[in-house]
Amino acid sequence: MEVVQLLFEGVWAALQPLNLGLAFLGVVIGLFVGAMPGLGSVNGVAILLPFTFVIQQVTGSVSSPMIFLAAIYYGAMYGGAISSITLGIPGASTAVATTFDGRPMALQGNADRALVIAAVASFVGGTISNILFTGAAPLLASVALRFGNPEVFALMLLAFATFVGLGGDDIPKTIVSICFGLIMSAVGFDIISGAPRLLLFDSTEWFSRGIQFLVLAIGVYGIGEMLWTIRSSRNTIKMTSAQISMKRIVRALLWFRSCWKGTLIGSFLGFFVGILPAAGATPGALMAYGVTKMVSPRRRHFGSGEVDGIAAPESANNAASTGAMLPMMTLGIPGSPTTAVLLAGMVIWGLQPGPLLFTDNPEFVWPLIGSFYISNVIAVVVNLACIPLFLRVLRMPFSILSSLIFVLSVVGTYAAYQNMYDVWLMMFFGIGAFLLRILDYPLAPAVLAIVLGPIAEPTLRQSLLLSDGSWMIFIERPIAGPITICAIILLLLPLAGLLWRLRRRA
Amino acid sequence: MRTAEFVAAVAIALFSLYLMWKSGEGPSWDPDAVRFANIGINVNNEGPGSGFWPFWLSLAMLVSSVAIMVRCALRISPLARSRDVYLDSQGKKMFALVGGGLLLFLLLIEIVGFYGAMPVFLFAYIRFLGKHPWWLALAIAVGVPVFCFFFFDIAMRIVLPKQYLEPLFLPLYEIFL
Amino acid sequence: MKISFRLLLGTVVTCLAFALAPAHAEFSPTKPIDFVIMAGKGGGADKMARLMQSIVEKNDLADRPLIPVNKSGGSGAEALVALKSATDPDHTIMVTLNSFFTTPLRQPGLEVDIMEFAPVGRMAEDTFVLWVNVEEGVNSFEEFLAEAKSRGADWVMGGTGSAQEDQIITDYLNDTYGLEIKYIPYKGGGAVAKDLAGNQIDSSVNNPSEALGFYEAGTVIPLVAFTDERLPMFPDVPTLAELGNEFAYYMQRAVVGAPGMSADAQTYYTALFEEVYNSADWQQYKSDKSLLGDFLPGDDLKEYWGVQRDRHETILKASGAMK
Repeated sequence: MEVVQLLFEGVWAALQPLNLGLAFLGVVIGLFVGAMPGLGSVNGVAILLPFTFVIQQVTGSVSSPMIFLAAIYYGAMYGGAISSITLGIPGASTAVATTFDGRPMALQGNADRALVIAAVASFVGGTISNILFTGAAPLLASVALRFGNPEVFALMLLAFATFVGLGGDDIPKTIVSICFGLIMSAVGFDIISGAPRLLLFDSTEWFSRGIQFLVLAIGVYGIGEMLWTIRSSRNTIKMTSAQISMKRIVRALLWFRSCWKGTLIGSFLGFFVGILPAAGATPGALMAYGVTKMVSPRRRHFGSGEVDGIAAPESANNAASTGAMLPMMTLGIPGSPTTAVLLAGMVIWGLQPGPLLFTDNPEFVWPLIGSFYISNVIAVVVNLACIPLFLRVLRMPFSILSSLIFVLSVVGTYAAYQNMYDVWLMMFFGIGAFLLRILDYPLAPAVLAIVLGPIAEPTLRQSLLLSDGSWMIFIERPIAGPITICAIILLLLPLAGLLWRLRRRA
Repeated sequence: MRTAEFVAAVAIALFSLYLMWKSGEGPSWDPDAVRFANIGINVNNEGPGSGFWPFWLSLAMLVSSVAIMVRCALRISPLARSRDVYLDSQGKKMFALVGGGLLLFLLLIEIVGFYGAMPVFLFAYIRFLGKHPWWLALAIAVGVPVFCFFFFDIAMRIVLPKQYLEPLFLPLYEIFL
Repeated sequence: MKISFRLLLGTVVTCLAFALAPAHAEFSPTKPIDFVIMAGKGGGADKMARLMQSIVEKNDLADRPLIPVNKSGGSGAEALVALKSATDPDHTIMVTLNSFFTTPLRQPGLEVDIMEFAPVGRMAEDTFVLWVNVEEGVNSFEEFLAEAKSRGADWVMGGTGSAQEDQIITDYLNDTYGLEIKYIPYKGGGAVAKDLAGNQIDSSVNNPSEALGFYEAGTVIPLVAFTDERLPMFPDVPTLAELGNEFAYYMQRAVVGAPGMSADAQTYYTALFEEVYNSADWQQYKSDKSLLGDFLPGDDLKEYWGVQRDRHETILKASGAMK
């Protein structure tokens, strides 16, 4: 068992005081950055990249700076859930699915339980994917290589199917929401023809960069939901204020038993979607949510504070973030913006990520893998320890909390894309979302669609370009075929159900 | 509620029509491009054109919104039967105050930047909407921007726009950056 | 009393002198510098920009930090418009590539004239190499031609974007050698390299930096370089010129200032980036990633742009990508 020995040495290296200190610092920075709406691990990693040269010079080791950056990455995955649950704004794109059930749970006064479940699920997801990573990195890299455009499109179709097939109660309104998200994801620029398109109102300034995902997500959750809460509470809102006691937190740990299913689905699905270079952690988390909801006997309770609805996306986004390291290290292909910056870092430090990294640079790879395990432990401990602190946020009077959420939404949107056009767009989406929310339009499908749209459309068209326009390419290819068929069956399920009901009535 | 649902569906339908029209546009460098030449499923044997995706999705949106209208007119949907008001007078007042306040906040950002607008918005919101004591409003209105400056501008190196207040910040850059 | 009055006067005069002095002194940034990157995070241009920023930071070359901002929208259109409308041109610079030439040509609606931009310095020229997957069993450019010809439109070339560098080279190969290679546009070079390694596509014209990992692992092999001389990294790979066709194509990696930048500021940034260029880190990166090209400051760079723009106009018109 050479791997076990190498791993043991790696963990030992990661436990050296300096590396341990760097991992701790990274996790804390990551938690903070991840919890800030609009900012994600990518900001933390990109900003501290130049600083890592200093670390490299001081330690003389290439793995220490990477351990630091990877810890930020990890911490941010934990941190994203904190604002999703306490503020209701996704802290990072990866934590959008966490708001679906985390926020309702917090409003019911169980924020502590939601936070504990998020932290523990993240830990489990991270650990499971670490083990998969350690044991099967080269094998999985070859699987990732077999995923071309048709396969990725089939996977996106499946992601949709998990949501649509069992989605909202009002079918036409759900379709409007999905289509809106998908169309908005096409605004800006067509990668295939290289032409600007759908520049609404012919405005290059406003629409040439496209409509970014967080603009819609922060608008819907930060502004729309907030206005909705204020309206329905008639200014006299009394959020069931969070109680803070160690006893409740310990009890919440026991609650975790009931969501092992969501956690397992999230961990494996998240890891798998994460290793595909095109996808990344956000679709991974959304798919995990969709699948868990689909198989759960309690699927009707999803969206109103179901524990599995928190455990699945949280375990998935952590698993996917480890997964995304895999194509970056073994193929030199980043699966997400954050891994892209990490890749840039490795190149700058003089490493060549690629199939030979594991054999050429074991002194870099194994301490890093060891640090994944260590950072994960640090992150869950720090996170659990800080929960009472996060809960204080919820004890603020609502009229103060809401003003802070509005300010954070505006600043966060600016920070994410650094232009005012997107801030205005975010506000318009938010007000629009509020007006539609009163009419029971479901908005989560639009958010899901704007995540998947930019992956689905180009892969669809690249595939058809490859097949001279033949749609059979999605059925004939050995990997794409089964996925597509599953997706189609799932998509047709509600229709079949409808027909069944009609027949019975007749 | 019924009127509101109907009006919203009409607005969505109109927007879908606009999107369908817009999807048919050819590339900007080709003035001779025929509108709607790019929405086919197999354009020039190269698979779907640039307008395929948005056009057909807009059509689906149009069909759905028409379905909502029909349902609404026939009083099939729960909302069409509901007796609730879309926004009652208090709701309208709240929406005007908070929504309008947010828009004013953004306008103010365009003039005096984030650090000019933030204190004004926070103070007004907490003092006049939230009816909290003025000292608390003042503390938050000062504390939050200071925190943001150190967090975004200094630590994260994301420089928030200052617009006309830029000169005031030059000494701060000198010290911290 | 008298003395103190003169002292006061003297102090006032000295203060005035100091206050007026900066007006004549050289430019030096007073606020953080917007460092716009004309590409998304993780691409070749982004990596290079972040390396430049790191070098500046590490050696403390600038008085204020460079703040990288990715503006990749519309094939660089977003970045060009942002620079054109920059409120403070003295603190706004950008890292560019060849879309600097092609995007204004293809999108005249942007009303961007690249000659109005302030030339700061060209940091390198990236090179293009033809790659195939090793499983194709193609070992030389001649074999590539034969195989591609026999497969016709079933031979698939992947590349970054549409009517940009990679497609320009593909079109050239198709026209010159009577091939019918099918070109599939991708979002970035990394995805192209990965799909080539996974045998999803048959060939690519990746920059060496993008394909290097797979090359070292023996998954992909280089066949021909689109350069004037053989690349030191691949001494056995011939150039296209050696095989009978004078065709060389490079990707500029340059830093430009916003239109309206003052001459003093331009001088400052040129000096700054020359220092970056001369740093050991940059030189190391250049040789590691098989980049060519010397530092090209100010007016020389502008002249280079003129030549490149005309060339791209000819190429794009010939291929029908613009009218």
